[in-house]
Amino acid sequence: MYKYDTYDQAMVDARVEEFRDQVRRRLEGHITEDQFKPLRLMNGLYLQLHAYMLRVAIPYGTLSSAQMRMLGDIADKYDRGYGHFTTRQNIQYNWIKLEDAPDILADLASVEMHAIQTSGNCIRNTTSDQYAGAAADEVVDPRPYAELIRQWSTFHPEFSFLPRKFKMAVIASDIDRAAMKLHDIGIQIVRNAAGEIGAAFYVGGGMGRTPMIAPCINPFVPIDQFITYSEACLRVYNRHGRRDNKYKARIKILVHELGKDEYTRQVEEEFAHLLTQNIEPPLAELERIKAMFADPPFETGLSDELDRSDPDFALWLDNNCLAHKQPGYIAATISLKPVGGIPGDATGEQIRLMGDLAKQYSFDELRVTHAQNIVLPHVKKADLYALWQVLDANGLGTANLDLVGDIIACPGLDYCSLANARSIPVAQKISQRLAGQAQQIGELKLKISGCINACGHHHAGHIGILGVDKKGVENYQLLLGGCEGADTSLGQITGPGFDEDGIVDAVEKATSFYLSQRQDGERFLDTYRRIGMPAFKEAIYG
Amino acid sequence: MAEVQFRFRSDEPVADPAVTVDSFGEQSNASAVRLEPGDDARDLLPHLDRLQLIEVNFPVFGDGRGYSAARILREAGYDGELRAVGEVLVDQIAFMRRCGFDAFAPEVPLDPADAEAAFARYDHVYQPTTDGRAPIWNLRHG
Repeated sequence: MYKYDTYDQAMVDARVEEFRDQVRRRLEGHITEDQFKPLRLMNGLYLQLHAYMLRVAIPYGTLSSAQMRMLGDIADKYDRGYGHFTTRQNIQYNWIKLEDAPDILADLASVEMHAIQTSGNCIRNTTSDQYAGAAADEVVDPRPYAELIRQWSTFHPEFSFLPRKFKMAVIASDIDRAAMKLHDIGIQIVRNAAGEIGAAFYVGGGMGRTPMIAPCINPFVPIDQFITYSEACLRVYNRHGRRDNKYKARIKILVHELGKDEYTRQVEEEFAHLLTQNIEPPLAELERIKAMFADPPFETGLSDELDRSDPDFALWLDNNCLAHKQPGYIAATISLKPVGGIPGDATGEQIRLMGDLAKQYSFDELRVTHAQNIVLPHVKKADLYALWQVLDANGLGTANLDLVGDIIACPGLDYCSLANARSIPVAQKISQRLAGQAQQIGELKLKISGCINACGHHHAGHIGILGVDKKGVENYQLLLGGCEGADTSLGQITGPGFDEDGIVDAVEKATSFYLSQRQDGERFLDTYRRIGMPAFKEAIYG
Repeated sequence: MAEVQFRFRSDEPVADPAVTVDSFGEQSNASAVRLEPGDDARDLLPHLDRLQLIEVNFPVFGDGRGYSAARILREAGYDGELRAVGEVLVDQIAFMRRCGFDAFAPEVPLDPADAEAAFARYDHVYQPTTDGRAPIWNLRHG
């Protein structure tokens, strides 16, 4: 894992003092709320419906045990005993007092964490593959490249007042587990025929009200130029992105309006210029970072045998665990989606427990997934049953990864000041309604957003739900056929919306129809892609 | 017209009023120009040798195009005064300084102590710009 040196630590410490000073000036009335807003936002502090919400950055979703424990402590000390893991691999606290925020940042800084650029029109926390360093299919561990982006983007003087927020993701395998093509910049680390490492740039993807899949604008940027190339992508956007309408201000609109070819031409021109400016970090820095992401000291000669005699454990093993590159190890996902629960929520106690388990069983490391779950990436198979027993005894053993109950949902109208409808109760009802059939249904990614900003990724759900306001009443639109990953596609709206109970019925009609139509081995998405929208529409509305 | 509140240059300030980019092209004797957010800083590149002052206007602090304009001018070798004008707030001035601004004429004058703290807040920086500060990467690797 990456460890701060004195430079990194001094940076976050100075930030704490800066924010303390900004909060003081606000509380003393020296700056207006309008002037304070972008400052608090750049520290991840939002004013929500009932209280301030603080979003803490978890760079590329990777955490140590001590960091996780601190997140649990903050939940208990400053919030109401809960933390909420987000689709950006971050954590949010929903009940924060403004005057406490500087102290929370100081607590975070004590474990090499911060809330820098978790909001605002700047480069946000970079996300990555939750199985990085464990997955057998990766070209390299993508996280060193994400860490380099973290440093480069932190307090970037030119790109702190962009037209709109800017999200980057870095992956290094063909199976995309980070929804890379739905980011402002998605980078896939690749190896070319000559064996050299480079970065494929996908620019202009995103969800929100105008979902777009990012086109590849350069399939191979040499790795010792990829920061410079990123800078070129951002500069063209900062100069020419639309600022007249915040709904058209994301880079996807610029790429769409200019056209991929013209945007690419401008980037290449800026890139050629920036290459003369010597802004690329030295390769020695990448090597320094990579050394910190070296494999943990795996034992060798371990058995891959697992005792499956406990059926509940066997189910969890089959559903929630992924093969590891190292014999004798496995990557285990802790579902934060108990039946009827709030997706992504965990208590302070559960958070600390997961931190302790990571120390005991996973080389002191955890990951947050964009699907709002937690991964213990390096568990010895011989320890897995003992681990599962502790998880199960603490409400963390739900065996539903990628099943219909593993719902992504935004905070919705229960918390968020942008929302048009509640997301959480809909997720809870669907989770309860379909819990008994989930195993039979198999892989089904269901994603719920409470407004068109699409924080719940509804466009990318095999089943997506979008909450809207219809003449003062919450109304839910149903989408089918969305998908993230290598075969990214955007969901299509089925037809007229539903009320809260109606949407739960509609989802069940869709899954029942799928069960009646599926052929051998087909997932919900495969059946949908084979037989198409009209048949599903008929089943849902007919 | 707001006063220059902070200036990090030792030469004499230019007395000429800054003209717009449009009229600058027609007035070959003008030595000061004012860039608006929609102007292309690169239009000035052929004329940098006769410019002594470039004002970059920030009509609202959230419009960050002026940061790119400043860097483009410095990267092209401009070494005259680069002045930030308009809604220049205390929490933006350190970023502006890094992008090459060396004079600040905020519409609403800043608290001098707050501004001094803001300029000096961060001992080190991650990214190289033309401001001459060595990025942390270089400090780590000599």
